[in-house]
Amino acid sequence: LCTSKPKANKEKVTINFIDADGTKMSTKATVGDNLLDVVIENDIDIDGFGACEGTLACSTCHLIFDQKDYDKLPEEPTDEELDMLDLAYGLTDTSRLGCQVCVSKDMEGLVVTVPGGIADARDPNE
Amino acid sequence: CVIRYLSSTSEATPHVCIVGSGPAGFYTAQQLLKGHPKVRVDILEKLPVPFGLVRFGVAPDHPEVKNVINTFTQTAQNDRCRFIGNVHVGDDVTVAQLRHLYTAVVFCYGADDDRTLGIPGEDIHGVYSARSFVGWYNGLPENTQLEPDLDTDTAVLVGHGNVALDIARILLTPVDILKKTDITQHALEALSRSRVRRVYTVGRRGPLQVAFTIKELREMTKIPDCTPVINKEDITPLESIIKDIPRPRKRLSELMIKTAKAEMTDSSKEWHLKFLRSPLEIIADNTNSRVGAIRLGINKLEGPLDEKQKSIPTEEEESLPCGLVLRSIGYKSISIDGAIPFDTKQGIIKNTAGRVHGENGLYCSGWVRRGPTGVILTTMTDGFDVGKVIVEDLNSGAIQADHTHVGYDGLMVTLNKSGVKTVSFSEWEKIDNAESRNGEKVGKPREKFTNIKSMMDLVT
Ligand SMILES: Cc1cc2nc3c(=O)[nH]c(=O)nc-3n(C[C@H](O)[C@H](O)[C@H](O)COP(=O)(O)OP(=O)(O)OC[C@H]3O[C@@H](n4cnc5c(N)ncnc54)[C@H](O)[C@@H]3O)c2cc1C
Ligand code: FES
Repeated sequence: LCTSKPKANKEKVTINFIDADGTKMSTKATVGDNLLDVVIENDIDIDGFGACEGTLACSTCHLIFDQKDYDKLPEEPTDEELDMLDLAYGLTDTSRLGCQVCVSKDMEGLVVTVPGGIADARDPNE
Repeated sequence: CVIRYLSSTSEATPHVCIVGSGPAGFYTAQQLLKGHPKVRVDILEKLPVPFGLVRFGVAPDHPEVKNVINTFTQTAQNDRCRFIGNVHVGDDVTVAQLRHLYTAVVFCYGADDDRTLGIPGEDIHGVYSARSFVGWYNGLPENTQLEPDLDTDTAVLVGHGNVALDIARILLTPVDILKKTDITQHALEALSRSRVRRVYTVGRRGPLQVAFTIKELREMTKIPDCTPVINKEDITPLESIIKDIPRPRKRLSELMIKTAKAEMTDSSKEWHLKFLRSPLEIIADNTNSRVGAIRLGINKLEGPLDEKQKSIPTEEEESLPCGLVLRSIGYKSISIDGAIPFDTKQGIIKNTAGRVHGENGLYCSGWVRRGPTGVILTTMTDGFDVGKVIVEDLNSGAIQADHTHVGYDGLMVTLNKSGVKTVSFSEWEKIDNAESRNGEKVGKPREKFTNIKSMMDLVT
């Protein structure tokens, strides 16, 4: 999904994650990586984040953006991303799945919120 | 006194025993190991192989969902964690024995039974439970002999949940696609001979009450050479309220409307989503040897158009000819040991926040705690929550480690005495490697061993 740049010009920007308790975790993120990679590579401590390893089969990488940042994201979510988001707890109109959003140069200082709990949407039984 | 002196100088290590190695077991273990610096965690599993429904429930064409196994493997490889397979709690070791050996015991044993329809004809040849059918295609040892009879053109699935859609998808997906998954060989062979061309998925309520999720519905609309059929009349009432429904239900309803309105395409297979039908009786065919039809009562919905509408029976009925009936109306937990306070009506262990009622040191999480609903993600939150509760109880002194809690060493003495051969995580990895190698030969990610003996042969 995200195109990795050659090593030499790997630019970094600062991204801030606010967890459920309001704790801010800041990290340097490589431009071109997706936000799941950023969390894993920098050992950002979010319980259970990225359970399906970026394959659009869970919604544990749910992140909430500010409206203005959300509007700037270059790619709209696909139907498949929206389908998984529909299972996420605390879904908002500015929610995205971290594994589907790539870091870009203009994200310097971006703040995203990690929602608190997890949804109970799927009922495998009638 | 001496005892106090001893306990203050060498503080006992807490040992926690987890019963069941599905997502609930592994996520609870993960949280315990993270939240307590010393705790030792043993995960007991009745089968020789770990991961519960991730291995034996999740559909073979959903390999991405199974990526959670990588995190479980990391947990199992933690120095303070141990997987002990092939130990049936309640049979091989009692809960009372575990309580002597461990500071806490956490039941994460899932839901091993299923609900029946309770209608005449349920025992006719050609009627199966979703649980056993899923177990059959996924290689659950107790179901490998099922040999479902697929020599019919029409199947009826009762239930509007994701399990019902999983089964419909497996029945309708071209075998060329399935053969690249880890579906068992016996299922692949049976499915390649299957004559099933038409699958009805019937539910007692309407489109606003379905329990399946949009991802699974979307997959039903994308099966090659298969037309999804939804009655326009069932769906049109939704159009008037669609804009006011909250998002997840709204997108799901929109997809049903779109599917109902789509042009019929030429295809050799059909999937029908039928609403407002309650099974009344399963009827044998004229040879009296197998299912010939299912008699359905027609319901209507009562109350304002929302998710809470109730279905009530009308006088009308219809008979749907079919040669295969699968009931998919829910899994059910059972009590594995009389010592556990069990709510037989709800099918869960009696508990508050994971603490078993009236039993200090006993906990539960996952499907056996909350009932058999929700995705792995739901089970994950539950496992994390209960893990935190146990750490809290250890820290507050509500439960206390003492030197008689010897954990694994004591357990092995008990199991050796009764001749139980256990399976360690590295022994599972041998099985795992053999399965991957066997899969490679036939172009599959894995070819599962489908009986306990062939698994145990590799570790003894
Ligand atoms: C058919 C099906 C398909 C599904 N597909 C998906 C999907 O695609 N995506 C998704 O997110 N969720 C899916 N789910 C839901 C998911 O599987 C559950 O949320 C989850 O597995 C529940 O975890 P658990 O640990 O409570 O139970 P389980 O996974 O059932 O684990 C329980 C474990 O305990 C063991 N055990 C039982 N009795 C004993 C005993 N007496 N002693 C020792 N061990 C014992 C069992 O062998 C088992 O390994 C599906 C469920 C089903 C039924
Ligand atoms: S990591 Fe599972 S959907 Fe993003």
